Amino acid sequence: MKTGYTADIGLEVHAELQTKSKMFCACPIVDLTQAEPNTAVCPVCAGMPGSLPVVNQQAVMAGLRVALSLECEVMGTSQFARKNYFYPDLPKGYQISQYEYPLAITGHLPVRTDEGWINVRIRRVHLEEDTAKLTHIQAPNGESHSLVDLNRAGIPLLEIVSEPDMHTINQVRAYTRSLRTLLQYLGVNSGDLEKGVIRFEANVSLRPVGCPDLGTRVEIKNLNSFRIMTGAIAYELERQSILLDAGGVVQQETLGWDEANQVTLSQRSKEEAHDYRYFPEPDLPPLVITPGMMSEARENLPERPDRRFRRYVTDFGLDAYQADLLTDEKAVADFFELTLTSMAQPDPTLGANWILGELFGWMNLSGQSIEEIPVSPRSLAGLLDHLQGNVINAATAKIVFNEMLQTGKEASEIIRDEHLQQVTDQDDLEKLVKRVLTDHPEQVSAFQNGKTGLYHWFFGRVMQESGGRADPIVIRKILDENLKV
Amino acid sequence: MRLQQRKTNSKSRRFLVNRMPDLTQLTISEALTGLRSRDFSSQELTAAYIQRIEELDPKIHAFITLTPELAFEKAGIADQMLAAEDRELPPLLGLPIAVKDVLCLANVRCTCGSKILENFIPPYTASSVSRLLDAGVVPLGKTNTDEFAMGSSTENSAYGPTRNPWNFEHVPGGSSGGSAAAVAGGMAPAALGTDTGGSVRQPCAFCGTTGIKPTYGRVSRYGLIAYGSSLDTAGVIARNAADTALLFQHMAGFDPLDATSVNTPVPTYQLPDSPDLHGLRIGVPDEYFLQGIQPEVESFVKAAVTQLESQGAVPVPISLPYTEYALPVYYIIAPAEASANLARYDGVRFGPRLGTEEGLQEMFKQTRGQLFGSEVKRRIMLGTYALSAGYYEAFYGKAQKVRTLIKEDFIRAFEDVDVIAAPVAPTTAFKFGQHSDDPLAMYLEDIFTLPANLAGIPGLAFPVGYDKNGLPIGMQLMAPPFKEDLLFRVGHAYQLATEWHNKKPSLPTMDNQLK
Ligand SMILES: [Zn+2]
Repeated sequence: MKTGYTADIGLEVHAELQTKSKMFCACPIVDLTQAEPNTAVCPVCAGMPGSLPVVNQQAVMAGLRVALSLECEVMGTSQFARKNYFYPDLPKGYQISQYEYPLAITGHLPVRTDEGWINVRIRRVHLEEDTAKLTHIQAPNGESHSLVDLNRAGIPLLEIVSEPDMHTINQVRAYTRSLRTLLQYLGVNSGDLEKGVIRFEANVSLRPVGCPDLGTRVEIKNLNSFRIMTGAIAYELERQSILLDAGGVVQQETLGWDEANQVTLSQRSKEEAHDYRYFPEPDLPPLVITPGMMSEARENLPERPDRRFRRYVTDFGLDAYQADLLTDEKAVADFFELTLTSMAQPDPTLGANWILGELFGWMNLSGQSIEEIPVSPRSLAGLLDHLQGNVINAATAKIVFNEMLQTGKEASEIIRDEHLQQVTDQDDLEKLVKRVLTDHPEQVSAFQNGKTGLYHWFFGRVMQESGGRADPIVIRKILDENLKV
Repeated sequence: MRLQQRKTNSKSRRFLVNRMPDLTQLTISEALTGLRSRDFSSQELTAAYIQRIEELDPKIHAFITLTPELAFEKAGIADQMLAAEDRELPPLLGLPIAVKDVLCLANVRCTCGSKILENFIPPYTASSVSRLLDAGVVPLGKTNTDEFAMGSSTENSAYGPTRNPWNFEHVPGGSSGGSAAAVAGGMAPAALGTDTGGSVRQPCAFCGTTGIKPTYGRVSRYGLIAYGSSLDTAGVIARNAADTALLFQHMAGFDPLDATSVNTPVPTYQLPDSPDLHGLRIGVPDEYFLQGIQPEVESFVKAAVTQLESQGAVPVPISLPYTEYALPVYYIIAPAEASANLARYDGVRFGPRLGTEEGLQEMFKQTRGQLFGSEVKRRIMLGTYALSAGYYEAFYGKAQKVRTLIKEDFIRAFEDVDVIAAPVAPTTAFKFGQHSDDPLAMYLEDIFTLPANLAGIPGLAFPVGYDKNGLPIGMQLMAPPFKEDLLFRVGHAYQLATEWHNKKPSLPTMDNQLK
């Protein structure tokens, strides 16, 4: 893209809500990549005559939690509407979606980018139902078919619409990553993009640098992964800037992404825009959010990931890299903080180093998640207490931790059973050092003749003789005294 | 009681039925008493109705689908339970009824009077019907209706019209014309109907039956195949107010499957023993008498008000100024909702499918184009237009605002009166074809019934006289929301003092032919 333009990009994020049942019926929500097609279907989500929708309260609560986390204004009364369009993925011929009166409006999400923090304003958050999944196949005889899987029809979706507050692809990436992390923190979405649980639509426009008015925008629909979304936006920015450079005019239109050719394609222009003939859904009374629902949603609201990040940097003195890794997953951040609060003398840097170093190393090797490892935050704190209290040294601590991860035993148990307590007794260590020096007179004289590197060799011998249990500080002190450097 | 004699003979059902006084003439409470005291069995009662249907329905055509096997199966179970003399017997055990063919009954086809659902067999039962099945009723069959309940005469049924038992040249009203004709013709003691713009009350008026259009939200809509979702209600048609109340008692109530059903307790309907109505204030709205209605309708409805006055009630002249807007408002809102409700009929998941060889779009077009009738298509187009961008505010938006004003008309009126009395329809039953070429004239038949649907209030229709051609004249009483009990009380008190509801059409049955 030429530098003469400012891009304005807004996103509509459609996130599936991982509730027990669908938005308007009792059908379970199944893994679409695993379940046999059309097995989680009932008269309601199949649009059978006479069936009626009933709002899933769990989905409302999930939506409410997201809205509150985004600091939105929650509407006391919102309303479902029918969005009419005739397509094979829509069993009723309309989608039930909030339109004129959404669940919540005007929030925001602070997003950390490589160039610093940006604030992305949220225009609205609303509930709707997912459509059926269409799979287009080509039969061996050349005929093409579209297969309909109603397992997806009626899964609750939360649509989060941002203002066009992003100006670069990196900001788009950072925003979607932050939002995904937030949804995972709230436990409402797995973030598993390969399974299509988050999908995007983008609106993109360009204006000359310094021009206060937004340019003509296009909408790009059906962007079903991070990669496709960023690819389509990047393409569109390039296309529009070339067009504008050549004196052309951007048409307001709806575009699709042609994955095979890596280009955006016009789906329909403003003139032929769909008329969805929205009207209030008569089968559902207005959705009333009671003060009780509000306080219930607020009660278990986790600290937002961006706030946690800032706290780790300012209060704990961690660097951005560490804070980022720790806060990326709520379970990791929770583990970290529980470890700290369980320590006799909480040391954030020590805790962070052990989790990001030893623990992450183990998780990579074993393939276990933080929820699956047999060591609790309290147990890790116990290990670190022993380390801080000089009961064991750092090298021993790593051995002990490894055993903890394999057996689930407590650090104190392993240290006691395997006699791994650090030897700190001055007299014992002095005897040990003297024996090492006496046993190796040649090395002593070489050292005294200037081969000072042998200091580490003596240190290693002493540590080896102690079975790794010697207190390194005491050894150094005695070695210094006896070698008289 | 004469029925007692029949206990002595039990050689064959057919024999018994022929020997017995006609069981189809019993009221519901008489039938239930007879069943409980085992004067006759549910199978005998069912057989009597099936026999009458076999004799009469080829001429009247009240039914689209008969379910004799299901009926006898249920009746047999009922008889076993009655024989076991359990103390806790379901309240309506063994009572046959008919069900309008827009209310789903599991494993029985539900056509909605349309070719587009000709072979649709729902796997579920409408909540309203299933409550009655739980109460012990025996389903005789599914009754005729205007296609998707759109119409006032059953002439829009894809399965042919129903004839009015009082005069076969005349329509039975609609859309629940099959249900009203079945009851009037003695082919069922009661039948379920639906009322979106008058479809229970108007056929009751045309056929001389009694019927309740409940408060919106009082009876579950789950399994009622939708026409105008914010107006649709399921009600009961029977021979008198007491029978209507008896069935309605077990049909009403909150249903978690219908988010618009209201969780308000259903009172036990207590009907008075005396016709006394002292203290009751009856509103008589000017607006329901001014338009050019049939003079006999006006005079008999006014006579009925005078009758109620003689029983102690106080007539109060009232005004419902927005009445005249009910018609245009209804014909925007109902078609708008219908245009969305009927989008699902695409031939993919249920119903017949045409044009499959010519691709998906062609299949959609041919299925919908050929299997929907012209009135349905007209309303889909009306509704689609009313919701279109640029027209929404002028039509649908404005209609909703006026609907609120109509509702407020009633709220104001009910500050001063307990019930409102009005004619059901401006005329008695018209002749077949009379309005066929003029949809607007047909729409005018609903002019007095639409306001209650728009306001969501209950209405009870019952006969108050007969015109010079012997066709019934109906009056409706309307009450505040959830005051069905009041309507039943007043209706029953009126029927204690009068005989109109006991008049029966003379029909070419075997009995009559023998006379
Ligand atoms: Zn379902």
